[in-house]
Amino acid sequence: MLNELKNLISKEILLEWRQKYSFGGILLYVVSTVFVCFLSFKKIVDVPTWNALFWIIILFASVSAVAKSFIQESRGRLLYYYTIASPQSIILSKIIYNSFLVCFLSVLSLGVYSVMIGNPVQNLSMFFLTIILGSLGLSSVLTLVSAIASKAANNLTLMSVLSFPVIIPLLIILIKLSKNSIDGIGWSVNYRYFISLFSLDMIVIILAFLLFPYLWRD
Amino acid sequence: MKHWWKFVAVLFVLYAIIAGFLMDVPALPILHETIRNLYFHVTMWMAMMVLMTISLIYSIRHLSGFKNEHDIVASEAANTGLLFGFMGLVTGMIWARFTWGTWWVADPKLNGAAITILIYLAYVVLRNSIDEEQKRAKVSAVYNIFSYIMLLVFLLVLPRMTDSLHPGNGGNPAFSTYDLDNNMRMVFYPAVIGWTLLGVWMMTLKIRIKKIKLKKGL
Repeated sequence: MLNELKNLISKEILLEWRQKYSFGGILLYVVSTVFVCFLSFKKIVDVPTWNALFWIIILFASVSAVAKSFIQESRGRLLYYYTIASPQSIILSKIIYNSFLVCFLSVLSLGVYSVMIGNPVQNLSMFFLTIILGSLGLSSVLTLVSAIASKAANNLTLMSVLSFPVIIPLLIILIKLSKNSIDGIGWSVNYRYFISLFSLDMIVIILAFLLFPYLWRD
Repeated sequence: MKHWWKFVAVLFVLYAIIAGFLMDVPALPILHETIRNLYFHVTMWMAMMVLMTISLIYSIRHLSGFKNEHDIVASEAANTGLLFGFMGLVTGMIWARFTWGTWWVADPKLNGAAITILIYLAYVVLRNSIDEEQKRAKVSAVYNIFSYIMLLVFLLVLPRMTDSLHPGNGGNPAFSTYDLDNNMRMVFYPAVIGWTLLGVWMMTLKIRIKKIKLKKGL
């Protein structure tokens, strides 16, 4: 299983490297969205606005980044996967790969954000932990939903319709946590939010692990 | 008497309507006579949660045996539950208008209700966008299980993290104060049972219609 996972993840990276245009497209999406926000807001002094805007940008960027993980797979390649790998390792490898992708996107948008709009974050280490756990949660929800949506017609619209209501609990905890780390509130207050964020991530991953085999072969 | 529970449903709902409007209620500040809405608003949500749980159980049963009947039960339970959800939303909005002064406030309980409706509407959209029957049954069962558990997280865990205007949170009058009044309890519990049984009855009728339609190839 571990070996299989390693191979599948390296395959994902290789594929991404071969299709650089899609990766570049997402990077450009993040940068240009932040630039549009910069032009419309100029400077954001209000912390809740900064925070909400940041997470909305990440949400949309990660929906378009993760959506392709099942939707864009060709039929032939899916048939090939059926023969070589178990569904569990497929979903886990996709979740791991996508969470690195979303994490990278979040850090990138934080960078562009701090260059253009300003960076009010006071407790950076806590903010990064929020980003890491948040990327894990976002990518696991979106990967499972992308697997569901890829079975239906009209799947890109369906992707956001299916994922947004499900993702809201995660987003609320994330916004709360990042608000606290912007304000520089200490670990003693925040540890319980981290625990609930982490357990939510685990619930989603376990559900994806259990449910994905039913989606796999049809 | 195979159908005794249908008589119980009709009797209890009639009793809830008549006694709900005529019997004495405690005079509480802010609530006043609107407290009678308890018999309608809260019971709608309870009936909805029962129906959604039936839908969840049949989705799980469908995934463990792939029987078409289980899928029909799951989908019709969700459809009937949606109807009750809408009625709970409308009665709640009317109640909010007369006690809080607005139709809608940003409140964890209200947002939870809205998200419940959104999730099950997404479920309906997902079902409609897959033509192939077995695939539709499988994929929608997976989404149903996943979204139900995320919904539970939202409804049970998150409201405890913030304050709320809604009864039962943040020092507002709640069930404990209603419970002091035995008159109200005498109406409320039969009302819950009556509306829930009525919901189940509606569901069984819908299932039978669906089965007849399937048989005749409509």
